[in-house]
Amino acid sequence: MDLLIPEVGLLVWNTIAFLVLVFLLGKFAWKPIMKGIHDREQSIDEALNKAELARQEMARLSAQNEDLMKQAREERDQILKEAKSLKDSIVNEAKNQAQAEGAKLIEKARIEIENQKKAALAELKGQVSALSLDIAERVLRTQLDDKAKQQELVNNLLKDVELN
Amino acid sequence: MDYNRVFVSKVKRLIVVFTLFSAFLGFNTTAFAQVDSVAAHGHEAAAPVAHGDEHGKEEKGFDITSFIFHHISDSHFFTIFGHGDHGVTLHLPIILWTDNGLVTFSSSAFQFDDAGKVVVEKNGQRFAIAHNKIYYANATADAHGSYVSHVTDEKGEAYVTNARPLDFSITKNVFSMLLSIIVLVIVFTTVAAGYKKRAGKAPKGIQSFLEPIILFVRDDIARPNLGHKYAAFMPYLLSVFFFIWLNNMLGLVPFFPGGANVTGNIALTVVLAAATFLITTFKANKYYWGHILNPPVPWWLKPLMIPVEIFGMFTKPIALAIRLFANITAGHILVMSLLCLIFIFNSYAVAPASIFFAVFIGLIEFLVAFIQAFIFTILSALFIGMAVEEHH
Repeated sequence: MDLLIPEVGLLVWNTIAFLVLVFLLGKFAWKPIMKGIHDREQSIDEALNKAELARQEMARLSAQNEDLMKQAREERDQILKEAKSLKDSIVNEAKNQAQAEGAKLIEKARIEIENQKKAALAELKGQVSALSLDIAERVLRTQLDDKAKQQELVNNLLKDVELN
Repeated sequence: MDYNRVFVSKVKRLIVVFTLFSAFLGFNTTAFAQVDSVAAHGHEAAAPVAHGDEHGKEEKGFDITSFIFHHISDSHFFTIFGHGDHGVTLHLPIILWTDNGLVTFSSSAFQFDDAGKVVVEKNGQRFAIAHNKIYYANATADAHGSYVSHVTDEKGEAYVTNARPLDFSITKNVFSMLLSIIVLVIVFTTVAAGYKKRAGKAPKGIQSFLEPIILFVRDDIARPNLGHKYAAFMPYLLSVFFFIWLNNMLGLVPFFPGGANVTGNIALTVVLAAATFLITTFKANKYYWGHILNPPVPWWLKPLMIPVEIFGMFTKPIALAIRLFANITAGHILVMSLLCLIFIFNSYAVAPASIFFAVFIGLIEFLVAFIQAFIFTILSALFIGMAVEEHH
């Protein structure tokens, strides 16, 4: 069959043409095309990797922020607590001090009052004794005259006496 | 070895295609049978056949075999439209290496003859053309006016006994192939320029149309079969794929510059298969040769297996060449046969059915054009992959 026997001329042309085609396309087409595709794929991969890294970095940063916030909050609570206890202790101290001061003042006042009372009583005693002497003198003077008049005198005298 | 990979990965995707394809193969056998029966009838008289070839639609009876074979075989003329002197024809240059050295002339010198009736004298030598082949002409014409000697053998096959010069003419096939190469180089250098211009950016225009196909060749053909060594073979696989595909498609275009049966010519498929064979053989590693020369079988099987393996080295590329050639040629014969039904029945009434089926088969042929390019490339990748595989 004619169809199955290759023509020599065609074989030669086909061989040359195909080799030229592979050479030309290999050098001027496939090389830059494959390189272009490869580079682009790589750049896409890289971009995706970078995005993933950025995402992780973001997550890390936000976790860090969270930590910092928590820490800050704890610190604030701590400070507040300290301040409160400090305040309490100051107030208590002040109260105690005031109490002590008050007690001291009261004590002083009490002693003063005692002293004054003692002095007053001493004076009263002096006056009472003077009055008594006076009364006794006057009673004795009038005793001899009239019994009734003596009684009246004593009563009048007693009416005049003013107890201090 | 491990052919399963190919089928497992592709079977689901291509199942419809292969169903159609087997249906199409069924068609083919009937088409061939038909052609053969007509051939037996047609070759009873060689000279009228040649005449009928030229004026196929005349009342003498229509010789479908030589008509179809004329169309699927190579030619020294490229008919753009019309017929012979009444049409427009591209006369291709004839380049002969003769006993007296190089001879060149235009094919117009033969005046559309294809039966050895016109003699062209150059450099003191006489040439005649018959059945698209150039012969040294006889001194005198025979009874039919032909200057070449026809002999019919006992099987009824006619052939010419004259000596032939080496024919390096730019024939229809060569012309069409060179055209396809120019197209491929222009298209893919444009694509390459796109990659340089828009480095790292999304593809645009023709680049975005062809990139998926390039990636298909890389990711579905080269990588599964060649593994990490795929990059070195990409230029070859891509070139083969696009070269076969474009020429298959050009062959389906019924008018100029298509219509040449480039990939349906054994001379081309042999060259392509030889390229795969040479790459396979020269890139093969010790595991490949070990498998051939010392196959992993019991010792008493080795005398049988070693010749089988060596034989297998050659059958694979031969099958590759025959497969492409036969599929494309069969497709062309089928479409031509369907259209020739009109002339066989000599009735316009057949035309609608004939054209409907021709269009239907034509559409399948578009699919086949791609599938055959794909199969040739994936099998090349598979064979090369088996040769460069590290261990199995």
